[in-house]
Amino acid sequence: MRPLRYARAQDVPQAVRMLAAAPYGAYLAGGTNLVDLLKLGVATPELLVDVRRLTSERIEDLPDGGILVGAAVRNSELAADPTIRTRYPVLSQALLDGASGQLRNLATTGGNLLQRTRCPYFQNITTPCNKRVPGTGCSAREGHQRDMAIFGASQECVATHPSDMAVALAAIDALVRTRGPDGDRLIPVTELHRLPGEEPGRDTVLRHGELIMNVELPPLGFAANSRYRKVRDRASYAFALVSVAAAVDVVDGVVRDVRLALGGVAHKPWRATRAEELLRGAPAIAQSFADAADAELAAAQPLPGNAFKVPLARAAIIRTLLDLTGDAAEDGR
Amino acid sequence: MDTEVTLRVDGTTYTLGVDTRTTLLDAMRERLGITSPKKGCDHGQCGACTILLDGWRANSCLALAVAHDGAEIVTAAGLAMDGNLHPMQQAFIEHDAFQCGYCTPGQIVSAVGMLDEVDAGWPSAVTAAGDAEVVLDEAEIRERMSGNLCRCAAYANIVPAIAQVARS
Repeated sequence: MRPLRYARAQDVPQAVRMLAAAPYGAYLAGGTNLVDLLKLGVATPELLVDVRRLTSERIEDLPDGGILVGAAVRNSELAADPTIRTRYPVLSQALLDGASGQLRNLATTGGNLLQRTRCPYFQNITTPCNKRVPGTGCSAREGHQRDMAIFGASQECVATHPSDMAVALAAIDALVRTRGPDGDRLIPVTELHRLPGEEPGRDTVLRHGELIMNVELPPLGFAANSRYRKVRDRASYAFALVSVAAAVDVVDGVVRDVRLALGGVAHKPWRATRAEELLRGAPAIAQSFADAADAELAAAQPLPGNAFKVPLARAAIIRTLLDLTGDAAEDGR
Repeated sequence: MDTEVTLRVDGTTYTLGVDTRTTLLDAMRERLGITSPKKGCDHGQCGACTILLDGWRANSCLALAVAHDGAEIVTAAGLAMDGNLHPMQQAFIEHDAFQCGYCTPGQIVSAVGMLDEVDAGWPSAVTAAGDAEVVLDEAEIRERMSGNLCRCAAYANIVPAIAQVARS
């Protein structure tokens, strides 16, 4: 690990100034991913600006019925919050499906959003990786493809975003409030992360020095009927091969509204907008769910080593929607 | 560059200068001679280094010491009181819940922290939605302890050891 300086700012404006002045600096929160990347030699900042005690650790009700989650709220606390469990079960479940009890006690809301891919080539500094060192190539394209993307990848990068929490947040149209050298921004989670394109090194649209302050959960009544389903190689403490975050509003057997997002399939949480369009107004039956899944997955471009993710995602989407709409849907097969 | 930090470990206060890159795990093991937390993977993937950090279980291998100046830490060695084993330590012995023993301090600390989380009403991934109270059955224990790997696979005895303490 390269020598590095550590600084704890007095307040947020000072932290932003510190990092803006250090082109090779990084914010430190829980550190569960960043400290690992330091050890691996993947992250090589010369300055860490500790923000763990600077941003909010509160979960607050908003006047419009939404919820404001401070960036420093720990994953474990957010998952256990009674209001979150009641109004946004998909978010609580996604958090509980991620990492382990002792990691969730360290990890923060802001840090979880900004964690890096677990692509084995990105994490191994002896292999070419465009995300780590632009222009060196992508080892995964011709290598171990099991965990790679099936949507939105580029010639330069086929890595996936590892967060479960972010998939749930994308499904419920959460917003990220940031503060940076150029002022404040409000960014939809669906627009926070990028597809790799020709710049896989940039995971997000955040500018250098921009700090996540809060995550805003908009009021979404039918999110009370939501869930997260994660499919992986072991039953716990592993990253998703495919995951599904879904919320459904069914009235008189018809899907009035729906939110659907997939994890483990792209460089960002994959909001399944095509499937949502087909589902709205459709009868809440298994056939509708299968048709919607097929429409969404028509755009998939899997590699030979992860082609299984297409039928796996299809099954996970159908199963999750059936779970949310009850046995009535199954009878309609 | 060295920074001075104060850590309270198992009731004793230590002040030491650490390089900014030093984790809590290395500060304890290499600098303070506290070898109860074990270094298994050093990447947050095994749980052998689990400690109670300001009251909650955490991986000490991923926590930088400079970021936790003033922290209150409990290791497995610090769970015993007045020469008496902690009930969790006693249960692990009674149930033969280990073979090589390397993951055991992390398992025991994690189990103690996990029971505190249950007492606080925290759900797990296998807790049924809307459950008012957590029923700590085998599935719950296995899920909540999944951050602690045992390469000897003593899980079959670890689970009943924890269940015994949970019942008492």
